[in-house]
Amino acid sequence: MPHHYIPNVREIKEQMLRETGIAGIDELFADIPQKIRLKRKLNLPAAMSELEVKRHVRAILSKNKPFTQMPSFLGGGAWPHHVPAHVHSLIQRAEFLTSYTPYQPEASQGILQALFEYQSLICELTGLEVANASMYDWATALGEAALMCARATGRRKFIVPELISWERLSVLRNYVSGPDLKIVGIGYDGRTGQLNLDQLHRELDEDTAGVYIENPSYLGFLETQVDEIAEAAYLAGSKFVVGVNPISLGLLKAPGDYGADIVVGEGQPLGNQVSFGGPALGIFACRGDEKLIRQLPGRLVGMTTTLDGKLRGFTMTLQAREQHIRRERATSNICSNEALCAVAAAIYLTSLGPRGLRELSEICAANASYAMKRLKTIRGLETPIFSSPHFNEFTLKCTKPKLTIEKFNARLLSQGVHGGKPIRSEFPKLGETALLCTTELHTREDIDMLVEAAARAVGGKA
Amino acid sequence: MKKLCLIVNPIAGMGGRVGLKGTNGADIVAKSLELGAKPVSPVRAVEALRVLKKSGAEFELITYPAEMGELEAAEAGLKARVIGNIASGKTTADDTKRAAKEMLELGVDIILVAGGDGTMSDVIEAIGTRAPILGVPTGVKLHSAAFANTPEVAGQVAARFLSEGLPLQEAEVMDIDEDAYRENRLVAKLRGYAIVPYEPVMMQTTKEGSTGFELADQKAIARWTIELMERGRVYILGPGTTTRAVAEELGIYDSTLLGVDLIYDFKLFARDANERQILEAIDGKPATIIVSPIGRQGFIFGRGNQQLSPAVIRKVGKKNILVLATPHKLSLTQTLKVDTGDPELDDELRGYIPIITSYLQTHMVKII
Amino acid sequence: MTYRQARWTREGCLEPLVFELSRAGRKGTSLPPKVLARIKIPDKLIRRSLELPELSEPEVVRHYTRLSQMNYGVDLVFYPIGSCTMKYNPKICDELANAEEAACIHPYQAEETVQGALELMYRLERYLAEIAGVSRVCLQPSAGAHGELLGMLLVRAYHRSRGETRTQVIVPDSAHGTNFASAAMAGFNVVVIPSNNRGRVDLEALKSAVSEKTAALMLTNPNTLGLFEDEILEIAGMVHEVGGLLYYDGANMNGILGKSRPGDMGFDITHFNLHKTFSTPHGGGGPGAGPVGVVRKLEDFLPVPIIEYDRKRYYLDYDRPNSIGKIRSFYGNFGVLVKAYTYILMMGASGLEEVAETAVVNANYVMRKMADVSGFEVEFDGPCKHEVVFSAEPLKRETGVTARDVAKRLLDYGMHAPTYYFPPIVPEALMVEPTETETKEELDRFIAAMREIAEEARLNPEKLRAAPTATAIGRLDEVKASREPILSWKMYRKLAKE
Repeated sequence: MPHHYIPNVREIKEQMLRETGIAGIDELFADIPQKIRLKRKLNLPAAMSELEVKRHVRAILSKNKPFTQMPSFLGGGAWPHHVPAHVHSLIQRAEFLTSYTPYQPEASQGILQALFEYQSLICELTGLEVANASMYDWATALGEAALMCARATGRRKFIVPELISWERLSVLRNYVSGPDLKIVGIGYDGRTGQLNLDQLHRELDEDTAGVYIENPSYLGFLETQVDEIAEAAYLAGSKFVVGVNPISLGLLKAPGDYGADIVVGEGQPLGNQVSFGGPALGIFACRGDEKLIRQLPGRLVGMTTTLDGKLRGFTMTLQAREQHIRRERATSNICSNEALCAVAAAIYLTSLGPRGLRELSEICAANASYAMKRLKTIRGLETPIFSSPHFNEFTLKCTKPKLTIEKFNARLLSQGVHGGKPIRSEFPKLGETALLCTTELHTREDIDMLVEAAARAVGGKA
Repeated sequence: MKKLCLIVNPIAGMGGRVGLKGTNGADIVAKSLELGAKPVSPVRAVEALRVLKKSGAEFELITYPAEMGELEAAEAGLKARVIGNIASGKTTADDTKRAAKEMLELGVDIILVAGGDGTMSDVIEAIGTRAPILGVPTGVKLHSAAFANTPEVAGQVAARFLSEGLPLQEAEVMDIDEDAYRENRLVAKLRGYAIVPYEPVMMQTTKEGSTGFELADQKAIARWTIELMERGRVYILGPGTTTRAVAEELGIYDSTLLGVDLIYDFKLFARDANERQILEAIDGKPATIIVSPIGRQGFIFGRGNQQLSPAVIRKVGKKNILVLATPHKLSLTQTLKVDTGDPELDDELRGYIPIITSYLQTHMVKII
Repeated sequence: MTYRQARWTREGCLEPLVFELSRAGRKGTSLPPKVLARIKIPDKLIRRSLELPELSEPEVVRHYTRLSQMNYGVDLVFYPIGSCTMKYNPKICDELANAEEAACIHPYQAEETVQGALELMYRLERYLAEIAGVSRVCLQPSAGAHGELLGMLLVRAYHRSRGETRTQVIVPDSAHGTNFASAAMAGFNVVVIPSNNRGRVDLEALKSAVSEKTAALMLTNPNTLGLFEDEILEIAGMVHEVGGLLYYDGANMNGILGKSRPGDMGFDITHFNLHKTFSTPHGGGGPGAGPVGVVRKLEDFLPVPIIEYDRKRYYLDYDRPNSIGKIRSFYGNFGVLVKAYTYILMMGASGLEEVAETAVVNANYVMRKMADVSGFEVEFDGPCKHEVVFSAEPLKRETGVTARDVAKRLLDYGMHAPTYYFPPIVPEALMVEPTETETKEELDRFIAAMREIAEEARLNPEKLRAAPTATAIGRLDEVKASREPILSWKMYRKLAKE
């Protein structure tokens, strides 16, 4: 049975073999030793028609409950936002979707310019001068940032906050395991969550390659001591790395403006669906310092002209840099990235504009503020657990005895509301706590529904 | 407009055809002509020039009179500015040296030298590394790495150098003791280094090759070599730019380029040591020889590092020999050779050995 | 030849940048109303300015639509890039990955609300395991190089668990550059072994290279020359004998689907490129996915979580004490996994075998037909698999025209250039992988184009070196781009001021 993706059907293949004097297809596989020849069919389902495949896959997917069909307050590194219809339709264009890495710039100006625009927009958001054309996600961008700090300074210690997502920490540890860098965690103030500056000062020494904070932090509050941290890092000769949710940068000060050398973050909320956590989009930007740029991992698109100087064009550039980086102690190996997601981010940011992004981040923060205000009134719940300003994520703690956060969430779910991510296993000291998130997807009614469900969950039987 | 200078040694290559090994010395030249030898160098030089002309690169051509370049340029259809004076039909090494000096004074972007090892040695004796040189291989003895593989390639590299620019690197200039050679004894000398343009390994993608830049590769090699070094061990550094990079990475800037230096506890212990000094230094101590292939034939022993005698090599031990080479160097010679002077030792050294080619990277290469 | 790529132009550029199209007051999307609640963020933390462009939605759409038109994709042209497997991307795959039930689920949702996602990933793992002959698969890696890094971390974990510190990873000189980089990134020394005169791993060199320091050998099979490593069993034996592991780079799996399996060849770790063999779209450089399969003895070290099924439900197992942890957040590029899963169902067992057969027939057809296009030669005898490497060295010797020039000229024929200068062991290399989704007619067109280009190299090399001329833009000044890098609008404004 000919397959509709394979144009050279049997008769045509036979003709091709005849024309080139090849006896048969078997001749072309004759050099595979008999011992490793697969002598049976692969144990896979038989080919299905498109209609049957569609039915089959949709049947499996129907066992998912999308967060668009129930109020969900999950965040923690993947944040649901509305993806404007035109963003989606533009990146579905075949010329973008089915193109390869733009190694031939003459025929790939479309994606090259789009990526240059992405890089530029990230620079405006972060306050830095250079951004690469994407990494896999925030966690791997952080790993690469640590390696870059080690390369740039020749030092081996990387400082992170204790209040960091365990997933990001695990990825970071794996990334720095090659050159065997040392990861040191800094504690936090139990009341405010703010970084313990005394401990930071004690750890900062001439072996510190980089200091990393997240702002907003993993648990949603803002780090208010950024100026002090930046200065401390600078005085110790260390790099200062900040991890961000880019949506927050519509409202919050750009890390480049408070001394960050490198900014990493999760670009998924910029025009990309959550999609169960992937594809994601690792943001990576750095100061326009020549030495630092030379250590920047990943692909870079640069502006140039045609050879005769008459027409502007874009091309992947500084590629020898990638070879140089591989000759260093702390290498990077990134090749393919998340280019299409970066294009979606560029289209999204262009569509929002400065006032749109500001307004969007205000909506997200206001929703969180409203949620906290109302949840606070429920006896048996405490929110947030840190007395610092928050952006769009916040912690919610069950103080009612014997009510675990899992049980609390189960009770919410049975009322059709999905609660936040339990964090007790990551931070046992913080008790029966969950991390919640609000975005522009949440209406006032959604939040009211959460509050009512929460009250019932704590109050007694669900 | 870029200035390209041309020096042709008209008698290079002539001896080979009639079984003579080289054309140094007027009596050898006379003998060659007697035996019916015809000048070869000018023809090859023209091949290179033709490729240069065809490439469409723009440059001003400056050359010496008659058979030292003027005639070859005309034959290839190139306009040339002729400088200097010679006695046509009786040119010698002195003419080559004078030409190089005069061209350097004019301010030159690159000098094309059509000849063999002898011609190249003459040129660098006159101007050293003060101007980029590219060898058009027309002579019989072509051991120097400063030569392109063929006259056509020389033309192409020169064209690219003029139009796009190319990176430069130091390349060995060798010369062999003429008299010994004619008696079938091979005693090679590393005369020095020329600055030569080279074509980096072109990379379409970030898929591998070298960085494309010799210096960066050498630095990476040096960095790893140093990480492998230990205290209390004598490191015998052979000649070459790659081993020099190791010394520089240690902060030693006065090591010799052409001689053998000794390093102990990360400091320069002895400079330009001879065999006796080396044997004394390693007496009773563990030692490692660090060498790099010399010239285009890929010799790691026997060309320009005779101080590393069989006695030294045996005392150090085969497993304590560390060979360094950049990927670009390896692209010139797929296999390595040894000629210690002791055929038994040569045999013992043969086989695959790991060569350090970058940071944390070695290549298995065969010594044949 | 009358081909021409679409092209837009304005003054001095093809299409202005969004910053140049910006006009104060415009906006390109709408937002819901804000809930009335005070945001308690101190003023000093609020930013004062944000310079993003201001465009309306129609302008945004027009801008990016025009940009897209000046871009090659496999939906437009023949894309014979070696080792990239640019095959047709079925649209049903995209449709299903974009469905609400796939796109709008959160990775931290309660497991009972994402049973579909877990089931799909579980099934995909099993299909991949069957295709490769391995026991378990991890879907976390987001790209090929990412999967390689995982492979190297697994190698290290395995040897450490046995109390051994092995420092060396062996790689053939024809290997992909990411192989070297991934091994080094995991802290290994790379030992490069030469290929023999048949274009395959030199067994003598391998023998000298293996020792008790050998952690692993990384290999692609078929290799990057498109040749099957027929001595793979001896190779595997040599490495296993010293206690090392064998890692399979899946870039070239398209040549052996259904014919032979890496697990059966002796590979302990098998890597896949879903955006190559399994047809998920390349997206201009990503997103892709690089799952990694392992044999039983390495299962313990796989990243968490592992998807398990207890006959009643699917769940995420984090209780794996010997796991190396995570190599990215969440579970992998789920959107890409849905597409690969769909593709496997569309092809079925016999379809996948037909993929390999047709890909190999297509490549051999090209190889044989190119034999009478003078200027190009194939260094190694015998049939190739799904790709073939030509050397344009004869053409260069004759005319001075390089493989790069030839590749650029092909763009003028409405085809994308093949890979050039790779693998580095072939001079003036042109690596051609037609894939199984090309017609015989297109392959004939390719060969005719190469013939014309070779002729042009002889008669009119200057014209050839000026190529491409039928693309949206001609050759760019790459030297200027790296000497004076302008990497963002911000840098551009800064330079313009100076």
